[in-house]
Amino acid sequence: MSLHIDFIQFTPWQSLLGGVLIGLAAALLILFKGRIAGISGILGSLMQFTNTPANHFRWRLSFLIGLLSSGFVYGLFAIVPNSQIDANYTTLIVAGLLVGYGTRMASGCTSGHAVCGLSRLSTRSAVATVTFMLFGFLTAFLFFQLI
Amino acid sequence: MQTVFVFFAGLIFGIGLIVSGMSNPLKVIGFLNLFGNWNPSLAFVMLGAIPVSFVGMRWAESRKRTMFDEPLHLPGKTHISKDLVIGSAIFGIGWALAGFCPGPALVAVGLGYLKAIVFVFAMLFGMLIHDRIKRP
Repeated sequence: MSLHIDFIQFTPWQSLLGGVLIGLAAALLILFKGRIAGISGILGSLMQFTNTPANHFRWRLSFLIGLLSSGFVYGLFAIVPNSQIDANYTTLIVAGLLVGYGTRMASGCTSGHAVCGLSRLSTRSAVATVTFMLFGFLTAFLFFQLI
Repeated sequence: MQTVFVFFAGLIFGIGLIVSGMSNPLKVIGFLNLFGNWNPSLAFVMLGAIPVSFVGMRWAESRKRTMFDEPLHLPGKTHISKDLVIGSAIFGIGWALAGFCPGPALVAVGLGYLKAIVFVFAMLFGMLIHDRIKRP
């Protein structure tokens, strides 16, 4: 077993630039709204309808609308890169349930823990990030290498 | 006005996900599958995001108020709970199976991918199940 690097798909500069934009967005949200850019938290909170004031929904919805329209806006300037989704529908449903349940249980996902949490030097977020990366690597090994 | 800033934060976040390759599950799995044909690109996403976010967080936390003079809402939990670890493990498994985490899945929904829509419905359902059991 050895490491083979895929140099054809390797895009360090684009990924770095994309990362800078993600960091910029997180900075904007904390500086102008005082909120953490955690997508699972935003989604989960939006689905809690009991006794919630109107301002509970407003910023979350505007952030989500921005996120959902990013593909369209990108498409106005350049060709949007293809999203290749190889998983079949059964896998997608199982994966979706796990991602939804797990991120709510852990109070955060890649955005809330790995970007915002790590940049706030949170130990909790560091533990979360190491855990989901580790299980991500393990699962990919079991599912794509062994089966 | 504030809502416009928040909208642009969401928009820039999404464009960042597209530019970085996070919205392409093939690339995400290419990163997580260390012993396949490994694609290290996604490590560079964190490398780009964290320093910029760090400056924003530091600035906001030193000001203690937003640019619109409102209080910050920062997570206060510090306890490393069982839920944090088990939840992250469950998330990691799902993330590797489909190659989607919540943000990029929403971007792909915006791009009209049927498979992303199915994933997001299952994800929202998973969130609801958790919140019904744990936070009734």
